[in-house]
Amino acid sequence: MPEVKAIMDTERIDRIIDKHGSEASSLIQVLLEIQKENHWLPKEALDRVGERLQVPMSRIQHIATFYKAFSLVPKGRHEVHVCMGTACHVRGANRILDTLKERTGIMPGETDLDLKFSLETVNCLGCCALGPVMVIDGKTHGKLTPADAAEVMKNYE
Amino acid sequence: MSEITLQIDGKEVRATEGMTVLEAARKAGISIPTLCHHEKLAPFGGCRLCVVEAEFRGQKRLVAACAYPVEKDLVVRTRSEKIDRIRRSLLELLLAHAPDSPELKELAGQYGADKDHFEKEAMFCIHCGLCVRYCSEIKKMNAVGFVDRGIRKEISFIPELALKECNGCKECFPLCPTSYLQAAFVLTEALASPAASTGTMSKK
Amino acid sequence: MARLNSPEELEKVRQDISSRRDPKKPCISICAGTGCIACGTSEVISAFKREIGKQGLKDQVDLRSTGCHGFCERGPIVVIDPEEICYLQVTPGDVSEIISQTLKEKKIIDRLLYVDQVTGAKTVKESDIPFYKNQKRIIFGPNRKIDPQNIEDYLAIGGYRALAKALFQMTPEQVIGEVKTSKLRGRGGAGFPTGVKWEAARKAKGEPKYVVVNCDEGDPGAYMDRSVMEGNPHSVIEGLIIGAYAIGAHEGFVYVRQEYPLAVNNLGIAIQQDEEHGLLGKNILGSGFDFDVKVHRGAGAFVCGEETALLMSLEGKAGEPKPRPPYPAVKGLWDKPTNINNVETWANVPLIINQGADAFASIGTEGSKGTKIFSLVGKISNTGLVEVPMGIPLRDVVYKIGGGIPGGKKFKAMQTGGPSGGCIPEQLLDLKVGFDELTQAGSMMGSGGMIVMDEDTCMVDVARYFIDFLTEESCGKCVPCREGLRQMHKILTRITRGKGKEGDIETLQVLAETAAEASLCALGKTAPNPFLSTLRYFRDEYEAHIKEKRCPALSCKELISYYIDPAKCRACMICLKKCPAKAIDGGKKKIHIIDQEKCTNCGNCFEVCPSRFGAVKKISGEPVPPPIPEPERTITRESKDT
Repeated sequence: MPEVKAIMDTERIDRIIDKHGSEASSLIQVLLEIQKENHWLPKEALDRVGERLQVPMSRIQHIATFYKAFSLVPKGRHEVHVCMGTACHVRGANRILDTLKERTGIMPGETDLDLKFSLETVNCLGCCALGPVMVIDGKTHGKLTPADAAEVMKNYE
Repeated sequence: MSEITLQIDGKEVRATEGMTVLEAARKAGISIPTLCHHEKLAPFGGCRLCVVEAEFRGQKRLVAACAYPVEKDLVVRTRSEKIDRIRRSLLELLLAHAPDSPELKELAGQYGADKDHFEKEAMFCIHCGLCVRYCSEIKKMNAVGFVDRGIRKEISFIPELALKECNGCKECFPLCPTSYLQAAFVLTEALASPAASTGTMSKK
Repeated sequence: MARLNSPEELEKVRQDISSRRDPKKPCISICAGTGCIACGTSEVISAFKREIGKQGLKDQVDLRSTGCHGFCERGPIVVIDPEEICYLQVTPGDVSEIISQTLKEKKIIDRLLYVDQVTGAKTVKESDIPFYKNQKRIIFGPNRKIDPQNIEDYLAIGGYRALAKALFQMTPEQVIGEVKTSKLRGRGGAGFPTGVKWEAARKAKGEPKYVVVNCDEGDPGAYMDRSVMEGNPHSVIEGLIIGAYAIGAHEGFVYVRQEYPLAVNNLGIAIQQDEEHGLLGKNILGSGFDFDVKVHRGAGAFVCGEETALLMSLEGKAGEPKPRPPYPAVKGLWDKPTNINNVETWANVPLIINQGADAFASIGTEGSKGTKIFSLVGKISNTGLVEVPMGIPLRDVVYKIGGGIPGGKKFKAMQTGGPSGGCIPEQLLDLKVGFDELTQAGSMMGSGGMIVMDEDTCMVDVARYFIDFLTEESCGKCVPCREGLRQMHKILTRITRGKGKEGDIETLQVLAETAAEASLCALGKTAPNPFLSTLRYFRDEYEAHIKEKRCPALSCKELISYYIDPAKCRACMICLKKCPAKAIDGGKKKIHIIDQEKCTNCGNCFEVCPSRFGAVKKISGEPVPPPIPEPERTITRESKDT
């Protein structure tokens, strides 16, 4: 069972807040950094941020769900991002996505129960010459056919 | 505060600087339909029912009367074929969510909106935002807020706050045009109640 | 390099840098933009470093990793100066040959050159390659010469000369006047006259004032701003400082999409270097003008490209747009006068100050001055970023620069302006690129995305795709956008699935009007455009989907069937083996048949059938022919020869 960091210690959160300044306007920048370090935003982190930045929880909740960079649940070990930008769409990105949905068993925005894969669609990675494109753990795979995509997924176990 | 004269539906209206077109119209006894507007709250501009045609320096466009500031020599029309058509369309879109809302039914009658024009939607919140804004601006409690965006947008109570404060307040309840607010509150209470849980979902 | 306290010191340092650079010394420039990194340019750069070290050439050859060159289809790109030899699709395996043959022996490696698809002619010099030759790269061109992480490169090409001129030889009003005279229009999409906007912010009452760079480039398929920000961040910063001086702002923000980590990185380095050298901070170049800039990252919301939503985001709030008036120039960030401009708009400012408004205005048309960087992507041979003068015919962009449509396919439409724009059909290809021209044709300039579509693209699906995008990205505050798009999406999806009804088009048109007229912000107001323009030029496709349940482009999954033509099938068994649904029946000499009940329409068989056979067909709007009788399925020697 993979390890999930449920609590991020207060010290780390405070350090991030101090770096950006504990004003309400720093909320998004602070959350971005917590998300980057922790891969998700646990409730305890949000409580601490709300306390120090003097921001109501309703606003934090709105921001954490409005902006797609944030996740309120733990992410999988491998983050699979499929580009659905216009250029990739025109080159058949939908079929790549169908293949990935099939192979992982999850829909975009979800993480599988083993916390192995998180599947996301993104709108334009800016690699249009390589379309259709997917990025797994920061590595770009381009010029994909559905068969290629299935093949690439086999390498991530 | 200087005085500003503008024209609404052919009538000369005197307003003061800083007033909105809606405020000026109401002062002059001209009615413009609204849904998300509340005197005590900052203008929201969400329902768009109050759209009126504003002509300024030869340019005509539709603007939300609740938020548009009065300007000298502004020419406003509150009804036209296009405006009525758009208001009817807006009402039909909302009636798909909340066909039983008294406010919507009344307006639907005025504009000939057909509640069955669009297929029924499961979610009956129409996002007027009155509850969220009232709790934030007037009560300064922020016990209910918005979640997500676009077609997935919803309202949601903050359980810790709501369970502590709402039963003693409930001032926002009468504001809700669809009673989704009351339903959401009941659901929040139910989810938080130990008796209703299966053990793992209790105590947040 | 020490802190620069005057324009004279700046010029001295510039001369110093130039004197240390020998223009005849071989220099290898490698594109290290995000696109080429995805193609493996990092390994090519490492290979060069290793090989140069190994061959003891470190002092004889300069190696520079630069920003995006623009010819993204052919990356990784390596250009060797001073001869300007351009090598394309370079792999790490080519590196030692490049060093030994081209650098040492001055021999050209033919296979790495650009080849004309039609004539077969090879081009050696970068500027002779048709893709580059037909462009006018006044803003984007410098990317090729600069390492974005080294301020000296920017100074070497004349960087910050415009800033010194503005601060020491011009008043703020004169700067605004120059920008007004240039008739520069915003490059972010709306095309509002920049000088007029600056003037409004200058005249507005309230302190402090702010300037903002909008780098929230969200249009799918557009990545021009990213490449400018990654490859030449100083050009944007210089423009921003000049603008701040003109307006009277002392604090600026650069709002960058969080999906652009390299841009954020390079921008941060550029700002730091500027601060070290007195080009940012207090008393810039000894002028007495103070200006600081902070980088603020977006968090994944397309709507934050809308200026009022962006300001909300800067304030740490949800990106829900605000009604205008009041405009940001009057009441923006923290209700103070704020001027927001797009990355490319800011990048044009140093050029206007350096060369003068008239020189700038001599390029382009009456209504659209200067150049525009476009991302030319989709069904096009030469995918990449192109910079062209306003007024160039679209046809030239597609064919002379873009190299036409690959695979022998026919051009169908070009989508410009992203989700706010529309499609330009073939009959309008002679349209001259410009703000007003594109708007009149039912599209718009937008941020610069040019998505090329061919005969295989379903235009109804294009409309559905953009509405789908916007239902996710809408902030959800106002009814016409949130609810209007919700219903438009449902209807368009039904149509593409063969469930369209009479009256659907009319309903869509009413919803389009409601959104266009009554939405709170430009996202909602322009959302109907892709639908309206595809309906205008491709109405026949809508009618075919609704009335005949047929997709003329043979694209919509639920409306097509796959069929193996028995006359062409050679029973090679490739499709049979690749079918994930095991829906193909056949054998070594037995003509294959697709079982329509089992077929999931994945299209694999269509992809893998060898082109010399071309036996798999797509059918739409008509029934699949019944299977041929069993005895006829056997391929004999005679049947093979016919």
